[in-house]
Amino acid sequence: MKIGVVVSEGPYTHQAADTAYQFVKAALDKGHEVPRVFFYHDGVNVSTRLSVPPQDERHIQKQWTALAQEHEIDLVVCIAAAQRRGLLDENEAKRQGKDANNIAEGFRISGLGQLIEMGIQTDRLVTFGD
Amino acid sequence: MSDIKKFLYVNRKPPYGTIYALESLEVVLIGAAFEQDVSLAFLDDGVFQLTRGQNTDAIGVKNFSPTFRALGDYEVTKLYVERESLEERGLTEGDLQEITYEDEDDDWEEKPSIRVVSRAEMAGIMADQDVVLSF
Repeated sequence: MKIGVVVSEGPYTHQAADTAYQFVKAALDKGHEVPRVFFYHDGVNVSTRLSVPPQDERHIQKQWTALAQEHEIDLVVCIAAAQRRGLLDENEAKRQGKDANNIAEGFRISGLGQLIEMGIQTDRLVTFGD
Repeated sequence: MSDIKKFLYVNRKPPYGTIYALESLEVVLIGAAFEQDVSLAFLDDGVFQLTRGQNTDAIGVKNFSPTFRALGDYEVTKLYVERESLEERGLTEGDLQEITYEDEDDDWEEKPSIRVVSRAEMAGIMADQDVVLSF
């Protein structure tokens, strides 16, 4: 089965990004496909590469990056939600005249159309959030 | 796009206080371009999103409620509101904005987009969907 995943709450504050990660791993282990994960609302904060949690804690962004690279998952961060919250890739930083960018490897910034497209192209859409 | 799916956007939260309502509406507006069969559901505190006469001046947040009246132009014409959620909050349909669309299959007659349904009917509407996005 093709499963699309939405993460709609922020990392560490909320369990959503962790549970989604465990869910995606379990689904892949069972032989399902997870072509894309879409990060929305505060979920976009998962994608910052400037996150530095204490060493004895999980690193949520790095977990996602590694999983995406291993299984070729498209990690999409909503551009409108990201810009409100100060998450920019290199192109957007340049376009907005900002002096830094912070999107981690394995994530890409794109539009909400990617969420709708995921809903159309997958058999199930599973949302992790409140 | 060959296959058309039934998309339901479920709105359960008040319009202000958190960003969910606004960012839900942003998905609806973008999603309209994909020509799917779109419905919106309003239940719990989500019914407050549609109330008339919203004024956000004192909280310094944009009042986005007029945007709901534009949904008809995006061919988003089914706004289901749960009757029990209204009643539990002391609201009636008269407290909601008038939201209409022009029915192209009926000589562009102006028709109401808001349909007040019972909790049981809402459950049926949800069960009938292909994709449910909850906000």
